[in-house]
Amino acid sequence: MSQYGLLIDYEYCTGCHSCEVSCKNEKKLGRGVYGIKLAEIGPFEITPGNWEWNYIPSPTKLCDLCADRIEKGEKPACVLHCLGLAMDYGPVEELAKKMAAKGKKMVMFVP
Amino acid sequence: MEKEWKKQQPDGTITVRTCGWSPPGDHPVGCGMKLHIKDGKLVKVEGDPEHPISQGRLCVRCLTLPEYVHHPQRIIYPMKRVGKRGEDKWQRISWDEAMDIICDKIRHYTDNYGAESIIVFGGTGREACLYYYPLAFSSIGTPNCCYPLSGWSCYGPRCSITDYILGAGYPEIDFAGYYPDRYDNPNYKLPEYIVIWGKNPLMSNPDGFYGHSIIDMMKRGTKIICVDPRIHWLGTRAEHVLQLRPGTDTALALGLLNVIINEDLYDHEFVEKWTYGFEELKERVQEYPPEKVAEITWVPKEQIIEVARIIGTAKPCPIQWGLAVDENPNGVQLGHAILALIAITGNLDVPGGITIGPPAALMGKWRMETRSQLPDELWAKRIGAEEWPALSTAMATTHPDETLDTLETGKPYKLRMGWFNSTNFISATCSAQPDRWYRALQSLEFNVVQDTFMTPTAMAFADIFLPLPTFAEHDGVVLTHFGRNAIFMGAMNKAFEVGECKSDIEVCIELGKRLHPEHWPWDTAEEFFNDQLKPEFGFDFNDLREKGVFQPPYEYKKYEKGLLRFDGEPGFNTVTGMVELCSTLFEAWGEDPLPYYQEPHYSPYSTPELFKEYPFILTTGARAFTSFHSEHRQVPSLREITPDPIVEINPEAAEKLGIKDGDWVYLENMFGKCKQKVKLTKTINPKVVHASHGWWYPEKPAEEPSLFGVWESNINTLIPHKHIGKLGFGAPFKCLICKVYKAED
Repeated sequence: MSQYGLLIDYEYCTGCHSCEVSCKNEKKLGRGVYGIKLAEIGPFEITPGNWEWNYIPSPTKLCDLCADRIEKGEKPACVLHCLGLAMDYGPVEELAKKMAAKGKKMVMFVP
Repeated sequence: MEKEWKKQQPDGTITVRTCGWSPPGDHPVGCGMKLHIKDGKLVKVEGDPEHPISQGRLCVRCLTLPEYVHHPQRIIYPMKRVGKRGEDKWQRISWDEAMDIICDKIRHYTDNYGAESIIVFGGTGREACLYYYPLAFSSIGTPNCCYPLSGWSCYGPRCSITDYILGAGYPEIDFAGYYPDRYDNPNYKLPEYIVIWGKNPLMSNPDGFYGHSIIDMMKRGTKIICVDPRIHWLGTRAEHVLQLRPGTDTALALGLLNVIINEDLYDHEFVEKWTYGFEELKERVQEYPPEKVAEITWVPKEQIIEVARIIGTAKPCPIQWGLAVDENPNGVQLGHAILALIAITGNLDVPGGITIGPPAALMGKWRMETRSQLPDELWAKRIGAEEWPALSTAMATTHPDETLDTLETGKPYKLRMGWFNSTNFISATCSAQPDRWYRALQSLEFNVVQDTFMTPTAMAFADIFLPLPTFAEHDGVVLTHFGRNAIFMGAMNKAFEVGECKSDIEVCIELGKRLHPEHWPWDTAEEFFNDQLKPEFGFDFNDLREKGVFQPPYEYKKYEKGLLRFDGEPGFNTVTGMVELCSTLFEAWGEDPLPYYQEPHYSPYSTPELFKEYPFILTTGARAFTSFHSEHRQVPSLREITPDPIVEINPEAAEKLGIKDGDWVYLENMFGKCKQKVKLTKTINPKVVHASHGWWYPEKPAEEPSLFGVWESNINTLIPHKHIGKLGFGAPFKCLICKVYKAED
């Protein structure tokens, strides 16, 4: 059986926190405990007018890629609710192809 | 979408599909979601993948709805004040008792002082925006319905400018929302560029525009240009950010027009056939060459020219105008100039350009017509209507600034009763100088507040508190842009009940049946909606529930087809029948018929002496994902993400003042002061600071003088009263001056 992972297109992660909160809802997590948590890099200016400012959600060891939801034929909670539609779930081989096809600002997690 | 909207799950949970609106506050975005109810409680909210616009996506405000709905501080029964105003002493009463008390008071004031002595205040965004008009005109019978924000500085100016210049419903980017198959529809064309002007749609979901559609379009290849004093996240993904000095937008728009017209980059056919006053506009923009505009706006000349060339040549290139158009005394001219840019570049009502609604709002008939239920002599008493015809012709409200004057002076008559419908405007939201409003409102003898929580405004003024249900607890219809450009319409479905709450329309009906039964033939909200829907669309409320979402068909180039005018002739619904680049109505009202730039009332150039004492330009009101204006501060999961009011300062400026990231500082100017927490960021100019609005502290003491800490971080105390444009629109919420110093307490 394939290994599954989470693909994040951080060109389009807008930092909305929907992954964090929907994950807490799904896993019934208390305050200060996360199944996925947003990290912020930047904003800083590399050259005039050229800014780097990225949000990247990182899954924690509490993430089981929403096994229960997958079993019911649903998407993981974070993938469904992501406002930027910047998250994807699937076998790592498929996700790796998508990363390569886009060619920039992609990261894959295998929690 | 699936026909079945309510489902029983094997574990006993009930799942109800709905399209969200309010409360809690938001614009009519109508995001699709599934509400999971167990044992009468909302246990989980999930996005609905079938919804054509939101497609399963959902923001944190809806995801945390259970915390809001079942919050221990929520008010879920009608309450009567039993202490003095400002004391937290209340008694639960029945709806019958509440209605008896209210109706007695309304009859008393109407009989003794005239119905105009009663005033309805409405807030922004929530469903109340539809229902506070009939509440005033049809249920109570007063001509005075007030949106208290100085210069009506939110949405109203843009709608009015559009009425006068285009004679159409609200102009919005074409994001293929009309089509079930969205961006793939063969009638649709992807924008080559989108100009986002004074707006951050990702966070604000403005008036029904689904903000992250911008991201959808960017992924398909659309490029972005931002016009903003701040470089926000979207700005870092944009081709250009025109980072202008706050309040100088109109100069920039005129500079862009200058380049586009002088370099002959405009759409000659459209200009010749469908515009009025092009030669006059051409002459006017000669006063705004790029060098001069660069000096005024601090945007480099080369960038102005480059962006003007893009706007003139990219096809399509819609411009999405934001709140910055409204919150500016020079905003009518800005809106006019932006509409001129859209029109002369051929981006009006074309695929992928700017869509416009027909001049009559969808389902707006009933809402607008309730005005005519008032006798003419009573309607003529509407506060400020005579003095401000440009405002009172397009808007059915009082003039907001005149209303404060009336409260303070008792002229032309004394206001005696207030009804606050979904508005908490002594917090930093819908008013300038809220401290002054607070003092003036003390003169009202009897007040009703409709809300979900005991807000600072309710604590200060309510004599009777009527609890509103959230959108999960009542039936309703959500339509984008309040029907002014209805991209879609969705059914809001009641999934369960909390306490004894009644929705806006239910209160309108109940009160109306007691006071003016001739206007209120309906017994339930459903009957009411059936009567609104059936004649216009041929289906009733239950059909809409089963559809989930209804996307009315859209026609482009309506001006060619006679679809914009009531007489069925081609053209626009304006005085000249054309897009008025030179406005006949503005001229008739004593304003310049052409757009012009006016320096902000307070700035380094207009008040250089004051600027020495207050050396920062202050801009306010940017939005966050975690709140809708003054709402959501009591929701623990949202407060964890955004705990404090943030003021953004450039590190270079902060260093000179000995201010560090995370410090609490005072912002102060000639009008007021407030305390916020510093976030250092290079995304803002060292001469500019940006402060957050809407802050109060539900965790702080409720009673006077604290009122939940409403005065501590209240940025609107720094905004002056009645510094508005000549036509009565626009106040300087985004272009003032202030000083900043470390808070030692």
